[in-house]
Amino acid sequence: MSAAGEQVVRASGVRMGYGDVQVLNGVDFTVAAGEVSCVIGPSGSGKSTFLRCLNGLETVLGGSLRVLGEEVGHTLRDGRYRPWTPKEFAAFRRNIGMVFQRFNLFAHHSALENVACGPVHVLGTPQDRARSLAMEHLERVGLADHAHKRPHQLSGGQQQRVAIARALAMNPALMLFDEPTSALDPELVDEVLEVMKGLAAEGMTMVVVTHEIAFAREVGDWLTFFADGVIVERGRPRELLANPGHERTRAFLSSVLSSKERQES
Amino acid sequence: MRTEPIADASGTPIPVARTLHWGRWLAAAVASAVVGWLVYLVVVNPRLDWGKVAEYLFNDRILDGVWVTVEISVLATVLGLVLGVVIAIMRLSHNPVLSWLATLYIWFFRGTPVLVQLIFWYNLAFLFPELVLKIPFTTIGLKWDTNQVMTGFTSAMLGLGLNLAAYFAETVRAGIQAVDHGQTEAAYALGMTPAKRMRVIVLPQALRIIIPPTGNEFISMLKTTSLVYVVAGHDLMTNASQIYKTNNLIMELLIVASLWYMLMTAVSTFLQGRLERRFGSEAVRLVRGGGLAARILPKAAA
Repeated sequence: MSAAGEQVVRASGVRMGYGDVQVLNGVDFTVAAGEVSCVIGPSGSGKSTFLRCLNGLETVLGGSLRVLGEEVGHTLRDGRYRPWTPKEFAAFRRNIGMVFQRFNLFAHHSALENVACGPVHVLGTPQDRARSLAMEHLERVGLADHAHKRPHQLSGGQQQRVAIARALAMNPALMLFDEPTSALDPELVDEVLEVMKGLAAEGMTMVVVTHEIAFAREVGDWLTFFADGVIVERGRPRELLANPGHERTRAFLSSVLSSKERQES
Repeated sequence: MRTEPIADASGTPIPVARTLHWGRWLAAAVASAVVGWLVYLVVVNPRLDWGKVAEYLFNDRILDGVWVTVEISVLATVLGLVLGVVIAIMRLSHNPVLSWLATLYIWFFRGTPVLVQLIFWYNLAFLFPELVLKIPFTTIGLKWDTNQVMTGFTSAMLGLGLNLAAYFAETVRAGIQAVDHGQTEAAYALGMTPAKRMRVIVLPQALRIIIPPTGNEFISMLKTTSLVYVVAGHDLMTNASQIYKTNNLIMELLIVASLWYMLMTAVSTFLQGRLERRFGSEAVRLVRGGGLAARILPKAAA
């Protein structure tokens, strides 16, 4: 893991789009080691796309995006940026865990095999060792009893906890969460958020795209508001939620926050 | 169907009447009569010698033919499956030349009749009298007489196998594409290379979709081998036709051949069922529904 305070993510003027559609229109964003950075914004604002740029699942078209000390997708050599090979992308992603909205657990594997999969096939950890480590990670997310179940036998909340364990098994320096609770039934949201809170408390560097305002307020070091492919504003969660600086932010917050939550903030 | 009595307002049970499906009985009777009549016409036909059918059923040449048919079917299917996977992966490749070549292959082999392909391979010697495998610009290598290599057996295996590969490539491609893209993203996010993702995550899941139709391909192959008689491959159909050309018992030998093809199909169908239970997901079985036995005896099948 990187030393505290060191910059893990530094984006400046990041642009991205498909054909004529601009999705990201110059995004400046930083994350320091050990920080939890929450990202909110209306759907289609580009927040998920930006998150997917961070581990190279989407290709940045302009600006500079440095993650874990590397310009994502390119290596500077002999005065030119050379595009990465698929192998170089793979090596880069080993250090970044990602949790998806729809879990994306490997459907043909048990929970335990899902967690052991990365170490076995990517890091070359021996089976026995990988499985015992996987068991520890499952215990940590409270699912040791479900180790041998297939994803379809687990509830959404359990699947998402397995997905978090799978990402953690790679010992990542940075964790990306793409709306991890948006596909869950309301009563299952808290069990996932609890695991994420635990991670934050242990000092994991996290970027969390979410609609869970209460989580952002409680756990986030920073809160960023995205709209129309740019960052509208960024600040300490409590300050930003209590006193948004832009009309756009105010309108969004009043549409997602219940009246009770607004009184609290 | 409800058989338990329904209680009326005072609590007295009143029995439920049985529905009589008059229409069903009538349709069943008409259909059975037509089929029974047709079978009767064949069975009692004085021009058909059932004794000869029994005599030739276990004739040595027929048994040899059955064995050759099984051999050609198995080898051609294996060739078709392996090549089919390679072509499917080429087809899905980001390399435009590979993808285009795969498309061309599929178009060519699906676009020409198998019969033409079989005759083509059998007569390859007209184009290439000798097959040469050597290191370029040297004299080190091997040389064969094409006519000796391209026997009925090898041209049958090659023709049927290459043809199956074209069809199977499309099955594999559909199987690969049916695997949710989220699986690929999760594999990449863990740090897998595209090749590892294909081998460890995508193909094992695609197999569930790919394996059940391979049973059909094999059963279809068993019978397509009968075309091999045009290149004298000594398979079941070739041998049966050679016998009836000398003794003129055409119908009897066609019945003998058909009985063997039906037996081979029955065995393959049984194995296919095993294969599907082993690999097929619930979805496959749900789509296909229960067989006849399952409908007649729902409890026994459950």
